[in-house]
Amino acid sequence: MFNRDRWQEIFETIRKNKLRTFLSGFTVALGIFIFIILFGFGNGLKNTFQEFFLDDATNTISFSPGKTSIPYDGFKSNRKIEFKNDDITDIKEQFPFFLEYITPRISRTAVVKYKNEFDNYSTRGVGPAHQFAEKTILMKGRYINESDIANKSKYAVIGRLVARDLFKQENPLGKFIDIGNSVFKVIGVFQDDGGDREERYIYIPYTTRQLLEKSNDKVDQIILAFKPQIGHSGSLVFERKLREFFKKKKSIAPKDPNGIRIRNRADQLKQNQQFANILQLIVTFVGLGTLIAGIIGISNIMVFVVKERTKELGIRKALGATPKSVIQMILQESIFITTLSGIIGMLIGVFVLKSIGVILKDYFIKNPYIDTSTALFAMLILIIFGGIAGYIPAKRAARIKPIVALRDE
Amino acid sequence: MIQIKNLHKSYKMGSSSLHVLKGIDFAVEKGELVAIMGSSGSGKSTLLNILGMLDVLDEGSYTLDDVLIKDLDETKAAKYRNKFLGFVFQSFNLINYKTAAENVSLPLYYQGVGRKERQEQAIKYLTMVGLADWSTHLPSELSGGQKQRVAIARAMASRPKVLLADEPTGALDTKTSYEVMDLIQKINQEGNTILVVTHEEDIAKMCKRIVKLKDGVIVEDIKVNQVLAADYV
Repeated sequence: MFNRDRWQEIFETIRKNKLRTFLSGFTVALGIFIFIILFGFGNGLKNTFQEFFLDDATNTISFSPGKTSIPYDGFKSNRKIEFKNDDITDIKEQFPFFLEYITPRISRTAVVKYKNEFDNYSTRGVGPAHQFAEKTILMKGRYINESDIANKSKYAVIGRLVARDLFKQENPLGKFIDIGNSVFKVIGVFQDDGGDREERYIYIPYTTRQLLEKSNDKVDQIILAFKPQIGHSGSLVFERKLREFFKKKKSIAPKDPNGIRIRNRADQLKQNQQFANILQLIVTFVGLGTLIAGIIGISNIMVFVVKERTKELGIRKALGATPKSVIQMILQESIFITTLSGIIGMLIGVFVLKSIGVILKDYFIKNPYIDTSTALFAMLILIIFGGIAGYIPAKRAARIKPIVALRDE
Repeated sequence: MIQIKNLHKSYKMGSSSLHVLKGIDFAVEKGELVAIMGSSGSGKSTLLNILGMLDVLDEGSYTLDDVLIKDLDETKAAKYRNKFLGFVFQSFNLINYKTAAENVSLPLYYQGVGRKERQEQAIKYLTMVGLADWSTHLPSELSGGQKQRVAIARAMASRPKVLLADEPTGALDTKTSYEVMDLIQKINQEGNTILVVTHEEDIAKMCKRIVKLKDGVIVEDIKVNQVLAADYV
């Protein structure tokens, strides 16, 4: 393998047979290039999908109150259920084993004004834990904290698009905005991967919202997260226990399907992940298909190359080349060419993927990439099969009697 | 140098077999220049192929330079060819992407001779055949006679015991044929053993001995007075 003379012989052959070298090298480079591009696109598609469906925390369960449909415990049916602050404290006390965090949410739309700019926005009265449930990313300032809740502060955390529309170039931090005729101080600006709609929300402490509504203690919705380590099945147990707990507390018939609505994200997550897995499967399939096409391409070229060299190999054998040296020569040459052009194809592929990645965002392909190990693995496969594809005809050529190879055509 | 005893060779052609060589006894001394003649189908090429270890015999024995040639596998045959034999073909069989010097040095590469030594030897043998100035040319830039001289230089570069020439002048015009034969005679005069397969009477007469084959047997084996090719050049 490290015989200098043999390498010189190979380089000479490569240098003097440029077309042949180019053809086999090109096939390999193209194969690996297309593999990287397609695999990268597939990954990009997966990223987009994840952004669409998996941007919120995935271990959350949310409750909304509904109306009863069965009379129970002396109450008539069609009674409106309401959540209150003490429901939250109860859950905290009852289920410390399952609970990671919990937050209420009170949604209201309001006209929001700053100087001459105004528009309708959705506001959400929330607790600090809401940040984790929505995976809100803060760009400036801070989120609502426990002391804001305790003090019922008139603080607001606004979405990126709210800031853009109301404040234009101005820095919104510390400025005062008018939300439904109450003045709030902006303490933070956030962004969210969930898309434009999510970036038009305004978050305020839920206690402040309750204060504004005649100091009640009503809550629209409760969002809580279970500890991830209890897993999907654990979350189902938790969900069942919560349902039982609330039905008892709110005097809802055990069989009533309508008293409260529970949405377990873990269930959705499972479905979404199945979809993501299918996407991954398609990506892998496309990648494998490309690889196989590449391998077939190299095999064809190698058969052609060896066929073309039959006479030369016959001459070499007549001059004293052993079958082993003939096979070695062809293999070494083909592996050298495949490796070199494989690396070139890989580098070009990665480069192209990087440079067109930004443009493709509009076509649902976000941040296409290929991890190094996959790229190297694909290249290794191509090299190995290129070697095998070269070995089989080389072996046959080495076995051909020189007298047959030298026969005049 | 060469002893052949009771050589038989047949080729299977489907169900029937074609008996090509039917018991050949034949010996060549060192320094001989032998012409093997015969019409096509007489078995002369088969005989040369067996002598050149490009083909194996069915029956009989073949001794070359006191080595009994038998049980040849491909690797062993390749080594013997490299050590004992030089080949010259009708169609030259030069490697077309290698220069004259690279072609000549190729058998030395398979002998494991170092690169520098190979180059020196190649120039030396090209000088011998009068083509020193053409060493960097590709075969496509050479005339037929020049190609055959390069092929002869290549055959001699490995210092073979026997030079086997299969219709060396078959693809050349008369004048060039005589030039090539002149070269072969000179190499023979230096003490090299040479076998030439030909069907041309005038080429055969330039050898020292003529062996005629017909239908797989030797029908005539005579020593002749050599005609010097130099007289015609």
